[in-house]
Amino acid sequence: MCVCVCVCVQSGPASLPAEDISTNSNGPKQDSLFDDDPEDLFAEATEEVSLDSPERDVLLSDGPSPAITPITPPCSLITPHIDMFTHCSFDEIEEEEGGDSFDMHISVSDPEKVGDGMNAYMAYKVSTKTSMSLFRSQDFSVKRRFSDFLGLHSKLASKYLHIGYIVPPAPEKSIVGMTKVKVGKEDQSSNEFVEKRRSALERYLMRTVKHPTLLKDPDVLQFLESSELPRAVSTQALSSAGILRMVNKAAEAVNKMTIKMNESDAWFEEKQQHFDNLDLQLRKLHASVESLVCHRRELSVNTALFAKSAAMLGNSEDHTALSRALSQLAEVEEKIDQLHQDQANADFYCFSELLGDYVRLITAVKGVFDHRMKTWQKWQDGQILLQKKREAEAKLQFNNKPEKLQQAKDEMRELEGKVQQGERDFELISKTIRKEVSRFEKERVKDFKTIIIKYLESLVQTQQKQKVKNIIIIIFSISY
Amino acid sequence: RASIQEDGLLTLPRAVNVDLQTDATLQVDISDALSERDKVKFTVHTKSTLPNFKQNEFSVVRQHEEFIWLHDSFVENEEYAGYIIPPAPPRPDFDASREKLQKLGEGEGSMTKEEFTKMKQELEAEYLAIFKKTVAMHEVFLCRVAAHPVLRKDLNFHVFLEYNQDLSVRGKNKKEKLEDFFKNVVKSADGVLVAGVKDVDDFFEHEKTFLLEYHNRVKDASAKSDRMIRSHKNAADDINRIASSLYTLGTQDSTDLCKLVKVSVAALQKIESRVAADEDLKLADLLKYYLRESQAAKDLLYRRSRALVDYENANKALDKARAKNRDVLQAETSQQLCCHKFEKISESAKQELIDFKTRRVAAFRKNLVELAELELKHAKVTMTSSVYPSLCL
Repeated sequence: MCVCVCVCVQSGPASLPAEDISTNSNGPKQDSLFDDDPEDLFAEATEEVSLDSPERDVLLSDGPSPAITPITPPCSLITPHIDMFTHCSFDEIEEEEGGDSFDMHISVSDPEKVGDGMNAYMAYKVSTKTSMSLFRSQDFSVKRRFSDFLGLHSKLASKYLHIGYIVPPAPEKSIVGMTKVKVGKEDQSSNEFVEKRRSALERYLMRTVKHPTLLKDPDVLQFLESSELPRAVSTQALSSAGILRMVNKAAEAVNKMTIKMNESDAWFEEKQQHFDNLDLQLRKLHASVESLVCHRRELSVNTALFAKSAAMLGNSEDHTALSRALSQLAEVEEKIDQLHQDQANADFYCFSELLGDYVRLITAVKGVFDHRMKTWQKWQDGQILLQKKREAEAKLQFNNKPEKLQQAKDEMRELEGKVQQGERDFELISKTIRKEVSRFEKERVKDFKTIIIKYLESLVQTQQKQKVKNIIIIIFSISY
Repeated sequence: RASIQEDGLLTLPRAVNVDLQTDATLQVDISDALSERDKVKFTVHTKSTLPNFKQNEFSVVRQHEEFIWLHDSFVENEEYAGYIIPPAPPRPDFDASREKLQKLGEGEGSMTKEEFTKMKQELEAEYLAIFKKTVAMHEVFLCRVAAHPVLRKDLNFHVFLEYNQDLSVRGKNKKEKLEDFFKNVVKSADGVLVAGVKDVDDFFEHEKTFLLEYHNRVKDASAKSDRMIRSHKNAADDINRIASSLYTLGTQDSTDLCKLVKVSVAALQKIESRVAADEDLKLADLLKYYLRESQAAKDLLYRRSRALVDYENANKALDKARAKNRDVLQAETSQQLCCHKFEKISESAKQELIDFKTRRVAAFRKNLVELAELELKHAKVTMTSSVYPSLCL
């Protein structure tokens, strides 16, 4: 018995336009979440078959065969192997900042092992393409190693963190990963490690240069342009963990503050709360996504194993038609299911990396808030000291000790200057943080949007593949 | 060819659809089931025009141990040595599900209300699915017996169906379980010996080779599909956690990102969170069932080989007796009995094995088609209808 069953499928993936959104960063914005937009952006991709209401529990219908119309399958079922790591680099993004359009693209590529044994290291090629006048040329590249990146970060952190700039953290050090590479183990996990690191370094540099102030920093320029770079020393302290420790120390100092900061600015209080919440949520999400990536990989492996087993079963089956059907099921499982799973996993892997980046970034943000508190503390301490000195001066005047009086007056003048400076510092850091936070939020939203859109796009594509798979199953199973 | 209809109470399609001949003279189904603390009570409903029964339609309540008792009584009955005894239904196992529900209850404080209700719903659905599956397995067993021309007439079966008191069947105690264990050891050792002997009859020789290989491969496929489903379930659990995290994040965010996040959450749950319940389980249940059936078929072949060996031994004994001219009559009777037994088994076994193949092919075909249909239905329900319209930024 041979019955041909076809389902009408419109091919062609739908690409979602990434619209630019303007956000007011201060304060919540009331959003009407359930806009009834009649315009269906994906009219091309809808099916002609009538749709049931979305139900979770799927029940079998009585009729066995779906609608019958000629079929136009997509041209290639088997797309080339998905390289999940290259997915993670962001596309060029246009950004308007103070009239000077941001046009810069950095890529980190060509990891090369230099040296042998335990002194070996990976050298990466850092290529910059830009039309900005800041640079000597438009297209140039240099060779850098991992500790150079850490060195750059530490310099930037020491210069900018304490005045309120959110300096993007560098990628994590990994002793296990690096040792495998040094030892010369050329297997998949060490290749994965290098690729992961390369991708992370690229994201780090892009984030750093997207920051308008950091971009102009001479250390950054030197890092990108000069062919020779002084070797960064004591990278122990320069690792992310080291910076984290520094930030934690600031937090500790805040906790030890005897005078609770009188937060006159509700904005800061609200933002602090917001970032605390965000931190928790992102960590949780990150853990779940990492777990998903891991389980998905398992699933991929197990699907392959099952496919082989089903093929074997098909081989031993007596009945020829059934045997063929089972073998075809196995083949379908192997090819299409595998691809589907690998693709989906690649997307989640990118998401996982991005989340990791943001967990670290938020730590930096919280650190900046703590620095502001420290600055306030310093200012307050200065004021208290000034007050004490004033009282001491009054006493001296009363006791009529002219030499000491003059000294006290001098000290007081100096202190007054310091206190004024402290107030100015505090105001400056508050202003900087406001600006930084607004920029950070904008970037964050953009990054997440990009990733989610990419994910949804790939979902559409895998849906097409899934439909084709189903059709194949129906055709062969009915025709025996 | 009629397939067995289900009562409206159990609306989920049965995991394994076994195509069987039924007629009005005897129809059996499980019309209801109740899950109590640690046991399940099945309501076995019979409709029959046979004169053996007092009424035309009646129901009794049975528990799992009583099914096992019935199955074992078939296995131990010499008269049925030449038939494939329908495999016993597996014990209802809610332990894993119950444990998960308990853990959920304990961890209630650590998660948000939405998360908790969602997880609870998931676990309850899982519990329900396992429950329906065990009912289906028990029902299939009864239906197979009812459809078998010889077994349906069995007296124990009629008692099982009709006697509306507790059958007072206790589970095997330790001693009996140990006896069973040794019996199995002897059987498998024997089986190896017997398998080594080449059968004179081509048909049986071919069946033996086939069944051995088939059984092993079904076992392997079943195990691998279980692993695949477990991975799938783990991934689905992760996805649920991710969805709820994204939801919380989305509600905190006051930008358009919120809408996008909500959409992707919906997509996640509709498409990705597709638990292995429907399609993979269908395949897995099918494989498990045929693992048990092929074992039952192997057992049949074993019994036949055993009978053959007994027959040959009886022949040798007869020759010896004739040579010594002692106890000839006894040896002759013994030989005749063995011969008769062996021939009877061979004859029915042949038919049984042919039927087994027909059933198997039909069941696989039906299940594979249903599998594909379910997948198609799933695909239709997802992206286009719900996700795209709400994707307006």
